[in-house]
Amino acid sequence: MKIALTVDGVRREAEIDPGECVMDLLRRLGSTSVKNGCDRGDCGSCAVLLDGRAVNACLVFAAQVDGSEIRTVASLESPAGLHPLQFTALDAGAVQCGFCTPGMLMTALDLLANQPDPTEAEVRRALAGSYCRCTGYTKPVAAILTAATLLREARHG
Amino acid sequence: MAESPKFTVVGVSERKVDGRALVTGKPVFAGDVELPGMLHVALLTSPVAHARIRSIDTAAAEAHPGVACVLTHHNTPAMRYTTAGQGAPEPSPYDTRMFDTKVRFVGDRVAAVAADTLSAAREAAALIAIDFEELTPVLSIDAALATGAPVIHDEDDCLDVWDAPHNVVSVIGAKVGDVAAGLAESAVTAETTIETQYAQHAPLEPHVVLSHLDPDGRLVILASTQVPFHVRRIVARLLDLPIHRVRVIKPRLGGGFGVKQEVLLEDVAALVTLRTGRPARLEYTREQEFVSARTRHPMRIRVRLGAGADGMLQAIGMDAISNTGAYGAHGLTVLSNTGSKTLPLYNKAPHLAFDGRVVYTTLPVAGAYRGYGGTQGSFALETAMDDLAERLGIDPVELRLRNHIRTGETSPIFEELGEGRKGTPQVITSCALEECLRRGAERFGWAERRARTPGAGALRRGVGMSAHMQGSGIALVDMASATISMNDDGSFTLFTGSTDLGTGSDTVLAQIAAEVLGVGVEAIVVVAADTDLTPFDTGAYASSTTYVSGKAVELAAMRVRDQILAVAGRILESDPTGLGIVEGHIEGPQRSVSLADIGKRSYYGPDPAQIAATASFVPESSPPPFMAAFAEVEVDVETGLIRVTDFLAAVDCGTPINPIMTEGQVEGAIANGIGYALTEEMQFTVRGRNRNPDLARYKIPGAVDLPPMTVMLIDSYEPTGPMGAKSVAEIGINGPLPAIANAVYHAVGIRLTRPPFTPEKVWRRLREAGV
Repeated sequence: MKIALTVDGVRREAEIDPGECVMDLLRRLGSTSVKNGCDRGDCGSCAVLLDGRAVNACLVFAAQVDGSEIRTVASLESPAGLHPLQFTALDAGAVQCGFCTPGMLMTALDLLANQPDPTEAEVRRALAGSYCRCTGYTKPVAAILTAATLLREARHG
Repeated sequence: MAESPKFTVVGVSERKVDGRALVTGKPVFAGDVELPGMLHVALLTSPVAHARIRSIDTAAAEAHPGVACVLTHHNTPAMRYTTAGQGAPEPSPYDTRMFDTKVRFVGDRVAAVAADTLSAAREAAALIAIDFEELTPVLSIDAALATGAPVIHDEDDCLDVWDAPHNVVSVIGAKVGDVAAGLAESAVTAETTIETQYAQHAPLEPHVVLSHLDPDGRLVILASTQVPFHVRRIVARLLDLPIHRVRVIKPRLGGGFGVKQEVLLEDVAALVTLRTGRPARLEYTREQEFVSARTRHPMRIRVRLGAGADGMLQAIGMDAISNTGAYGAHGLTVLSNTGSKTLPLYNKAPHLAFDGRVVYTTLPVAGAYRGYGGTQGSFALETAMDDLAERLGIDPVELRLRNHIRTGETSPIFEELGEGRKGTPQVITSCALEECLRRGAERFGWAERRARTPGAGALRRGVGMSAHMQGSGIALVDMASATISMNDDGSFTLFTGSTDLGTGSDTVLAQIAAEVLGVGVEAIVVVAADTDLTPFDTGAYASSTTYVSGKAVELAAMRVRDQILAVAGRILESDPTGLGIVEGHIEGPQRSVSLADIGKRSYYGPDPAQIAATASFVPESSPPPFMAAFAEVEVDVETGLIRVTDFLAAVDCGTPINPIMTEGQVEGAIANGIGYALTEEMQFTVRGRNRNPDLARYKIPGAVDLPPMTVMLIDSYEPTGPMGAKSVAEIGINGPLPAIANAVYHAVGIRLTRPPFTPEKVWRRLREAGV
């Protein structure tokens, strides 16, 4: 079957297999930042924003996203530069191998859209489904808290 | 301790040189690359733990639409090799075939199918008919060593197996003095036996390989590997190619922790490409990553300690049996490290013994895993030390302080136990363990928390600690080299064969080069881990990159600096020996010259000549990093649940080249160690099938599962290391298991010896103890 969707602001049409998941579709369309770490919704490496909410793309059928808008980590950077979630991750040492990073950043983006001033516990809860084997989470959590502060300051001038 | 020099780029938490590509999601991993005409390879693995293959019928698979190639033992090289991915000569036995006529664990390779799509390859693999003659599985150390046990490696062509008819891969022994006599003379003794579990590395990126032929017909392998040069050598031998006809490239790697030292997929993808002429991708599924990749060696270790009434150790005896699973990869060397990375820590004891055996079972294959045997050994040693401290009536921190090795001292174990052979005598040239223990205890509030009563309610609190050492590379075995060339804008390209597996080592090496060359890290372009482009490096294992590869980079940079200063001396009409590079300029008596000017001149004259140098480094010792670990736990005596409520690690790794990344190494290792202590275990059915091959049932720590972690980097300077650095990648993982077990003893008075410490196990032990 054929579906149409928006990926990072670009309208795409795709012929899909009935059983195909969004993760495989996005990777096939060139969005390889969507990582396949487990293919069954355990690790969070494939998280993207689907109509504004973070989902594990491996758990959503491609057939379900006809007409939807999807954002991947590739959309975060703007002409002004890296998104605060991106540069705070770099400055805080929150990125080691970087394989889980795209999914973790999109999960954090969802969190901050809904809770601009999260506590550390709230950040940790939001990341509960985003496994990282390299960092022990201390630095990713700190980076997200710093990004939240920067985004709030930017909003309030 | 030597006075630490002042640095400008080293010691600064620079951003990762590859960080921007990673946070913007660029296609930098091997699995992100797609080539025209690419085949997808599916593996068929054994559903049984132990069987001979009577027959295998691939006709239906070969006829399946889209299938290009089917590989089995009928049409693949029969020579034996090891997947361990070590340097030559390899210390692991040659007991593996690409595809064998016998399977030895559930998950062992049986066949591979390459097809136009992954689904076609999987469908075809399911059409392969195999007739197995099932044999009795061997599912434990005791079963492997039992009289009349089935012989797992009964083939006549395996090499370097100690006693295949009795399932013994290797035996290791080291003896100094007389442990029995030392124990008899001791005022106080302690003994413990621990048994560790099957654990998995679980990098977020499963193993993935993409092979193809370049326009000249050379084989190119893009691989998620820690050891590109070993992959090239091993694959070339297996597939009967000259080494120079193979190119191996490691792109960004999604975590390794040892499991990507193993050469598990490269040979299959490469053979598909050679047979078909087409690119081939082979990627483990998460389930295959659990079942068919590698694990941490389960071990049973007995430690006996004897000390005088003054707390001075008289004797340490360690007996260990290691389960290497179906194949002997890293069996000998991991078990050697169980002794060599623990016993030298307490070098005051005159009587030392290590006795080890490595056995085969028909369970998944163990391999290199962060900590490399030291993790298991230090669990046994450090829980025994805790017991000894109590029997002596001495504080556990104080007992370590009285006995641990110091700068200028040695241990006979360094010479007795090496990497599967005799080791190398070594004098400790930097050790700040005393400061780690004292300052760590102070910051943690050890004395106050230790004096607190655990409470009498359901939740009991306790604190425990442990001390550790690891190594920095393998003395007189590892070799790293680096080439640095100057560009015409005054920047440099660093060519290094070393392998950044996500740790940030490319950044560390760039910082070392930048420091020597008087430039910022942005002036260093890193080209790494490509066997066509970069000089040899043994690879990323044994905590080697900062110390070994870093030293090679430092030496190469010094040679380049000398060449630059010679040119600058001519330009400035000054003696080069008095010149130096500061912020990209060389200041002469009257005027200065910039690196950009020298770079341009080196290309276009006058007297143009490429400024470049290569240096190699072979370490003569393996200076240990040291660590003191402190844990606080809360034990729920009604449910058996252990919660780690605080964790502190004070670490001596010499100069931290990049402090934030150094902390990150320790934090990540502690997280992995806490998982190993509390939740992580591969479970097996009575037929040897893994029951929890996914990240839902094999529980690695998530963000909500971990305590606050404090990492203290203690001032230290290693005179033989680059800019005073030692390595730091592994040591952190050794701390949680013993520190948590000791804290649990403090809280509720039971000694836990069989990780993971799940609520059920702890509850049972609490009931037995009448708590």
